[in-house]
Amino acid sequence: MMRLPPFKYLPSRSVADAVKYMSDHGSDAMLVAGGTDLYPNLKRRQFEPKVLVGLRGVRELAGVRPADGGLTIGAGTTLTRVATHPDVRRDYPALATAAGLVSSPQLRNMGTIGGNVCVDTRCNYYNQSHAWRKAIGFCMKKDGDICLVAPGSPRCWAVSSSDTAPVLWSLGASVRLVGPDGERVIPISALYRDDGIEYLGKRRDEVLTDIVLPPADGWKSAYLKLRRRGSFDFPVLGVAVAVRLDGDVVRDARIALGAVASTPRESTEAARLLVGERLTIDVITRVADRAAAPSKPLDNTDFTHPYRKKMTRVFVGRALRQIAGLPESGGSSEEIA
Amino acid sequence: MTNEAFSVIGQPLPKIDAWGKVTGETRYADDLFLPRMAYAKLLRSQHPHARITRIDTTRAKALPGVFAVITGHDLPPVKFGILPVSQDEDALCRDKVRMVGDAVAAVAAIDEETAERACELIEVGYEPLRPLMSIEESLAHPEVRIHEYGDGPNVHKMVALQFGDVDAAFASSHLVREDVFFFEGNTHLPMEQHAAVAHATADGKLTLWSSTQTPHYVHRLLTKILDMPGPHIRVIATPVGGGFGGKLDPFAHEIAACRLSQLCGRPVKIALTREEVFYVHRGRHPVLMWLKTGFTRDGDITASHIRTWLDGGAYGSYGVASTFYTGVINPVTYKMPVYKFEGARIFTNKPPCGPKRGHGTPQPRFALECQLDKAAEQLGLDPADMRRRIVAEPFTKTANHLTITTIGLRECFDRVVEACGWRDKRAQFPRDNARPNAPAKKKGIGIAGSAYMTGAGTAIYWNSMPHSGVIVRADRSGGVAVLCGATDIGQGSDSILAYLVAEVLGIDPKDIRVHAADTDLTPVDLGSYSSRVTLMCGVAAIQAAGKLRQAIFDAVAKKLEVGADALAARDRKVGVADDWEKAVTFAQAAELGEAMHGVLAFAGSYAPPKRAGKYKGGGVGPSPCYSYSASAVEVTVDEETGEVHLDDIWIAHDVGRALNPLLVEGQVEGSVYMGIGEALMEGQIFRKGLHKQPSMLDYKSPTTLETPEIHTTLVETDDPEGPFGAKEAGQGPLLPVIPAIANAIYHAVGVRIDEVPISPEMVLKGLELKRQGKPARIGREKLPLMHWKDPLAVESAFGQPAEDVAVRPFGDAGPAGKK
Repeated sequence: MMRLPPFKYLPSRSVADAVKYMSDHGSDAMLVAGGTDLYPNLKRRQFEPKVLVGLRGVRELAGVRPADGGLTIGAGTTLTRVATHPDVRRDYPALATAAGLVSSPQLRNMGTIGGNVCVDTRCNYYNQSHAWRKAIGFCMKKDGDICLVAPGSPRCWAVSSSDTAPVLWSLGASVRLVGPDGERVIPISALYRDDGIEYLGKRRDEVLTDIVLPPADGWKSAYLKLRRRGSFDFPVLGVAVAVRLDGDVVRDARIALGAVASTPRESTEAARLLVGERLTIDVITRVADRAAAPSKPLDNTDFTHPYRKKMTRVFVGRALRQIAGLPESGGSSEEIA
Repeated sequence: MTNEAFSVIGQPLPKIDAWGKVTGETRYADDLFLPRMAYAKLLRSQHPHARITRIDTTRAKALPGVFAVITGHDLPPVKFGILPVSQDEDALCRDKVRMVGDAVAAVAAIDEETAERACELIEVGYEPLRPLMSIEESLAHPEVRIHEYGDGPNVHKMVALQFGDVDAAFASSHLVREDVFFFEGNTHLPMEQHAAVAHATADGKLTLWSSTQTPHYVHRLLTKILDMPGPHIRVIATPVGGGFGGKLDPFAHEIAACRLSQLCGRPVKIALTREEVFYVHRGRHPVLMWLKTGFTRDGDITASHIRTWLDGGAYGSYGVASTFYTGVINPVTYKMPVYKFEGARIFTNKPPCGPKRGHGTPQPRFALECQLDKAAEQLGLDPADMRRRIVAEPFTKTANHLTITTIGLRECFDRVVEACGWRDKRAQFPRDNARPNAPAKKKGIGIAGSAYMTGAGTAIYWNSMPHSGVIVRADRSGGVAVLCGATDIGQGSDSILAYLVAEVLGIDPKDIRVHAADTDLTPVDLGSYSSRVTLMCGVAAIQAAGKLRQAIFDAVAKKLEVGADALAARDRKVGVADDWEKAVTFAQAAELGEAMHGVLAFAGSYAPPKRAGKYKGGGVGPSPCYSYSASAVEVTVDEETGEVHLDDIWIAHDVGRALNPLLVEGQVEGSVYMGIGEALMEGQIFRKGLHKQPSMLDYKSPTTLETPEIHTTLVETDDPEGPFGAKEAGQGPLLPVIPAIANAIYHAVGVRIDEVPISPEMVLKGLELKRQGKPARIGREKLPLMHWKDPLAVESAFGQPAEDVAVRPFGDAGPAGKK
């Protein structure tokens, strides 16, 4: 079987421990919580840390608690817990859905929401064994200096592959980061950068401790995921839609797209078109057409990239129909009116 | 014979190894640990095609913890291959690598990590050669030769056979269709990765434990590859965690482990990674097909002509047989008076293809069943009615001289048509789909039929010995041991042996211990392939158990002072049916038997009836009997996403007799599941000379969520060739599922996809063509330029009566297993 490389494991008992270990060991260290993505990546030598700083023993990181009318979710809360938590299911149904669609039941029992938010970007030239990557010629994300998807490109195009990230973005969530200089809370949109290598706007020695959800009043949300199979697979398109309704009129809306770039992408223009409108089939169709614009997939995941682009429109339409309580397809505006 | 006459046969019993499998007691090859055991790794090529200029193992040998490092030069300079006609493999490549994944060196060390590090220290010099990654590329570059042998530059094998005048038949046909189909290659994906432990002992002998489907062929080839006498090698097949044809060749890792053990004097274990399993492969050939078939106005087939191009990958493997199988089995299902087949297998720089469940037949089956659907539409016939009308006749020969015995295909069609509500749905779905403002999800239902062999009629190497042998031994404890060379790969062959012997001896299967697949202890069985095991071992087991029963009856008869003919064996007793109080226990009966005869050990042997067509190539295709299946699939196709959802699958399978219906249904459902994957997602795809997704995550194979309810019906035809009438069940039921899915998609959205796997992108592309008013067909159009050799012209044997039940070598004349 594939073997893990040698590394030193430092279990943390507190966030402060973890921060200290991370600053002590600098770029030699990585954080590990559930390890469901990290350990396979170690076996393929995508990661070669000398030190792993374990977060599983940090009790303060796990749990869902009400805060300021919203919810705070500890980064160490398992995806299973997030998916089944009654408050999450009631107020942020898209988040429960997204957490419940990550990988398989066993991995959701181990994997944490913090791990999913920070999950490494993916590319089918990169998520391969060391021998395979050596055979094709290493890429810039690990061991090489060119991008094999876009050989002329100065940057890496690995794909943001988190299910929860676009949902949290659409919900206007923030994250709490604790580092050697104290803590800071930033909007989740500031956590991501459009670069396959430096995809997180978080310092190496900062620990993601909490996800902070604003009050859910009036917001409805939905998440749809494109993948080949109903389990295991990472998203190759994730569409998160949140809409705040006043009666049946849209007062505010956010549409975030996952897995079509190195960061979640927001369809701000399309969302703006919704404001002041009722969610009719006509409106939804018009918005969906516009929403696909920021979707810029390349040929480095499952399915063809034109297909993923094409599905962005269909999935945005369906997510909005879900929120509006309309059938996922078919029907006409006359029928609904 | 009715099921009531049996006590064990026909019962839904658990497999005899079920408890061990479920609790984790079963010891697979990778669970074996021997004292002082070393661990081995292979260094594999990272070039698809290159000459090896040098290999330097100095640094690897110097690494602490390394016991031995070998290259091809440490093995006798002989090429090998599973088929005598394709001896083209080196365990460790000496001069040239032909694919990414070819093994070039091997290391044994104190642990896997050290072995891996040592592999990285081996320096190999390569001079890259042009990689040929497709059929078209290999044919277009005759100046680049992957191998020096074959039927042309990069053509491994070419076959051309003609049975009767197809041209004349086409000329007088009401409808002649020509269609092109492509079937992408895919792999077996067994849960257990290949593993082996080799132990060369101080007496100069060698034992190999391996997850192999064919210990006999591995044993035979090891004597050649290692240049050792056969009696000094022992091969034991460990329980196999899934084979599907992927563990049927002798492999580099087995040979390397043997040689390393000889050199370092320790047992050596080697276990492949999942990625290596993708390179070992021997899976489904990608096949490009051109199929021309003529029809009468009523849908009868007048003639059929198929051309197949197989993408063979880097080595021969079973490829010559695979090539034949793309042409020889289609005539076994429907009446085809005249038939022509041309096939060619092309070498490419990819992992070698070989036998996967259905070996060479799912591809032409897909082509034929899709074409029949198109013809039915053109002729205005219902596709189910048309098929059931043209089903071949029992106990006749086909155009290509294969003998059909029983055939339950018509009943299979009737059963699925009834079960799935065929007539209502064929009419109703199009009406629902056409409603204005209907949802994007459209429903459709499709059907297909198929046939498969119950064991290859000829061995891989020519010989007149048994294909299978069984020894049954009993003693005063009342226990019975069954010794057989067959390998249980999860299909349940050990259990079948126990059921059959228990049935004959009137004891409980639990009283039987099966010892299988050990070349030192068990009679030779050729291996778990071609769905041969239940039939061949089964008949041998019944024969051996029958001899034992006779010996015991003779002894009990003397004791009870009755004639042996008056005795019966049931409920662990032997006695006279209408004087059962006097019956003796089976243990007492065995004791009487031992006292009368000495040791009670009896052998049974089986070889198939000699029915091969008297022409060159006639040896591939004959089988003692054929199983038949029909399947109907209901789908929902999403016109906006192109996604195909399987709603329900109905399958009826003519298994001759279900020796254990639970096991048969398991085999049927497993086959259906595998067919779903091949139809909708699985593909060995290559990019820049490399396998694109050699992992369980990225090579997409369906999960339980993609698997619909499977409604299985077993049809029993009581075949005279099978043990108690049984035919195969492990491969055939895969075949109809794939075309039935394609046909259902057409019924749902009017798009013909003549290629698998069928992706959502293809469905959308087809719908786009339909909207543009163009023919809504997705698939290959161009065929490679090929100069076919003149076909061997043989008279069609179509419709000739089968010989009366053929006399089998070693067998008693007459139906197998009749009491």
